[in-house]
Amino acid sequence: MLTGLTLTQARAGLAARKFSARELAQAHLDAITRLNPGLNAYITVLPEADVLASADAADARYAAGTAGIMDGLPIGVKDLFCTKGVRTTAASKMLADFVPPYESTVTANLLGAGAVFLGKTNLDEFAMGSANMSSAFGPTTNPWKRKGDDTTALVPGGSSGGSSAAVAAGLALAATGTDTGGSIRQPAAYCGIVGLKPTYGRCSRWGTIAFASSLDQAGPMTRSVADAGLMLEAMAGFDAKDSTSSNRAVPAFHKAVGKSVKGLRVGIPAEYRAPGLPADVLAMWEQGIAWLKAAGCEVVDVSLPHTRYGLTTYYIIAPAECSSNLARYDGIRFGMRKDAPSLDGVYEATRAAGFGQEVRNRILMGTYVLSAGYYDAYYLKAQKVRTLIKRDFEQAFETVDVLLTPTAPSAAFAQGENMDDPVQMYLNDIFTVPASMAGVPALSVPVGLNETGLPLGLQVIGRHFDEETVLSIGGALEAAAGFTHIPSVHAGAGA
Amino acid sequence: MSYTIEGRTGTWEIVVGLEVHAQIISHSKLFSGAATTFGSDPNTQVSLVDAAFPGMLPVLNHECVAQAIRTGLGLKAQINLHSRFDRKNYFYADLPQGYQISQFEHPIVGKGAISIELQNGDVREIGITRLHIEQDAGKLLHDQDPTKSFVDLNRSGVALMEIVSEPDIREPEEAGAYLRKLRQILRYLGTCDGNMEEGSMRADVNVSVRKAGEDFRTRCEIKNVNSIRFVMQAIEVEAARQVEIWENGGEVDQETRLFDPGRGETRTMRSKEDAHDYRYFPDPDLLPLVLEQAWVDELAANLPELPDDKRARFQAEYGIAFYDAGVLVAEQAVADYYEAVARGRDGKLAATWVMGELFAALNRTSNTIETSPVSAAALGKMLDLIADKTINGKIAKEVFEDMVETGESPEAIVEKKGLRQVTDTGAIDAAIAAVLAKHPDKLEEYRSGKDKLFGFFVGQVMKETKGKANPAMVNDALKAQLDA
Repeated sequence: MLTGLTLTQARAGLAARKFSARELAQAHLDAITRLNPGLNAYITVLPEADVLASADAADARYAAGTAGIMDGLPIGVKDLFCTKGVRTTAASKMLADFVPPYESTVTANLLGAGAVFLGKTNLDEFAMGSANMSSAFGPTTNPWKRKGDDTTALVPGGSSGGSSAAVAAGLALAATGTDTGGSIRQPAAYCGIVGLKPTYGRCSRWGTIAFASSLDQAGPMTRSVADAGLMLEAMAGFDAKDSTSSNRAVPAFHKAVGKSVKGLRVGIPAEYRAPGLPADVLAMWEQGIAWLKAAGCEVVDVSLPHTRYGLTTYYIIAPAECSSNLARYDGIRFGMRKDAPSLDGVYEATRAAGFGQEVRNRILMGTYVLSAGYYDAYYLKAQKVRTLIKRDFEQAFETVDVLLTPTAPSAAFAQGENMDDPVQMYLNDIFTVPASMAGVPALSVPVGLNETGLPLGLQVIGRHFDEETVLSIGGALEAAAGFTHIPSVHAGAGA
Repeated sequence: MSYTIEGRTGTWEIVVGLEVHAQIISHSKLFSGAATTFGSDPNTQVSLVDAAFPGMLPVLNHECVAQAIRTGLGLKAQINLHSRFDRKNYFYADLPQGYQISQFEHPIVGKGAISIELQNGDVREIGITRLHIEQDAGKLLHDQDPTKSFVDLNRSGVALMEIVSEPDIREPEEAGAYLRKLRQILRYLGTCDGNMEEGSMRADVNVSVRKAGEDFRTRCEIKNVNSIRFVMQAIEVEAARQVEIWENGGEVDQETRLFDPGRGETRTMRSKEDAHDYRYFPDPDLLPLVLEQAWVDELAANLPELPDDKRARFQAEYGIAFYDAGVLVAEQAVADYYEAVARGRDGKLAATWVMGELFAALNRTSNTIETSPVSAAALGKMLDLIADKTINGKIAKEVFEDMVETGESPEAIVEKKGLRQVTDTGAIDAAIAAVLAKHPDKLEEYRSGKDKLFGFFVGQVMKETKGKANPAMVNDALKAQLDA
């Protein structure tokens, strides 16, 4: 079953010439043709001839013995990464016809490693959302269904919901995501896959459409923890074109998986035991703690006292940055333009027609918190709290090696739920946002199903630039959980 | 206080502060690799960063930072080792990002000072509040199409220094002197070409008026004045307008105004109510700018000699007057020319020639010091010919004119025209004898006490020798003969 492999398995199969990259790509293209109309995981599927040509080139490299670490592996690319000559929409009407004349650093790195791109995956408009409901190209549907309920369409999480659904359903072996407040980890948890948000600065932001610059970070969405390490190796690295990119060496991340975790100290932050946390989430967390203890970890209670301000702070800083980052979509140089008799009229008409409701909400919030008279009370205070949140993590990491928390406060919910109350929607990010604010790496690992048959994920948070320990612990959880479930909509099911 | 406005209700003084935008001389833009050459075809020097394409990020050009530090050092200002870039948010078609990257709260350069000299010789110190680095915007062309405006982004992202003065200026003349001095310093440092016509230096002028001893009253900002003369005019008319308002019982509104040189008036551009809320916040795409003291020290050690220092040195080293030294250091190229002429020679004589004959010749032939038909080496050689008495000062002027015309060397001209000074006492005595023989009446008058006629005889002898006689020898010999 070519569409059910991990990257690691597929890489081995290609190297052993058990199958060709062309066969692998073709299997995925067929699965997309069959399932994407229902899932809407891809906004743009690359022309078959182009995909197969990339695969053939990969086969040639395998034959020549020059294959890269991602060679011939068919993946999806979140439609927030600019891809040269391939329409890049950010799931917005604003960029519905935008074809970048450049390739983002992360996707260029992946191409350099031999990856075969299948298409551009769906997302919340400009990556703003937790349910993939704000895409101008329609919502993505989670391939998982509630037990005994085949009709209710569930959300795949967001904003990287197209990527998570595609990987879960067998429409890509892996996919790129971006995470600003949880946009990799939460959809990974909702779709039963692995998602890694690396340390801020690990992957270049150049050529990735910005949401909130101080938080945005690209990362892999995969079927195994080792895959996440492998793919991150290909994505990461210093980039002189991004002033916030780190010049630290990129380790062989995938080798961290399988390493003994005996003696590692795992912190359990008291503040994450939020009142009203569903029993199934709590139970899964306890299970995770038990697995790590069994693997020889020392489990320690820790406190991150400023966690409770994380979400509020996030919803000041991220909109503030987005209100400025999205000012460039003005109808003058690229993207949508609605003509009007005056310059201000062009701005108003273009931006009213081009941006969806959620994006407009956030631009308005961001504009408000930066305005004269409000800046000190909101933005400045939020920056100070952010510093305190960062310090919480630093202090915790003086005594523990990683933190273990649930990824999200619930399993996937139904499309249409939480839509009337934005605050309820924002609460989905409550466990993921603090790590984003601190810039530390965090991984979501699928560990089991709840009683309605939906996957739940646990989050492993580590020190700055210590993705390796995060991956080791993630690997231990993965091994203990033995999560092999597949969703009801899957390329391998019933085909 | 020499500049005041006499109103009906009393005497008003003016308070002026200047914000100068100076384009940094650099090969590429502040945050992109695009070139900065002036006058290129529209939109030929625009990178994806300058056009603010999705996902593009700024990368700081350290050449521009070095230039700002040099300027700060030249303004004797504090260099801030920690500074930060902020976004100034507003929408306009010449601003692709929808924000300008600038430095708001933490500029790279803090307090400094410029010493200015007025016509009457007074020297004043004008405080510098700060200097920060920021991006320039693009340019809108409204005259290319009847219904559309065109956008040229060549200038978008070019590095500017905004240099803000304290409100220390009290006269239009001081504003002019400040701008000239600032421009001189920038040019010496090579950090801005100071060319106001091309827009590489522009001034925003803050003007208010008050009565002696009062606190500051409301000011108006006159935007983008593009010549020193206009700055001085704008201050005068704006101050007069404000006095008029106050004296009629009105209130001056804080607003942004434009100066119309044609009509000689300022007009409202933006009232306070329409003022932008720029929503400044730290640019998350850029790290704080942290400088190493060692780098600043290195830049300081390699700073060119500044005009005030050069002026003092010229006075001391070449024995020339304060005023003359000021004229000679006004432009670096002139100072270099002068120094090439003066070095190892009579500095005062060199100054007289450069400021006199040379400047006149440049003026007459519409040349600049850079295109001077007479090189510093040639002029120096000519001074050598005076010093070794090959020619006298009067003949030297003739030789110099010939040098201007023909570009030939002074030696060649002296030889060609036979202008070598007559130092042969016999020839001089003969000329004197001839003159005395020709003017017996004058000789009689001289001898009866009209010794002012001495000058007449000198002139006649010089004429007799076609100006070539050594004047000192003529003097001596003539005195001997007349008093004999």
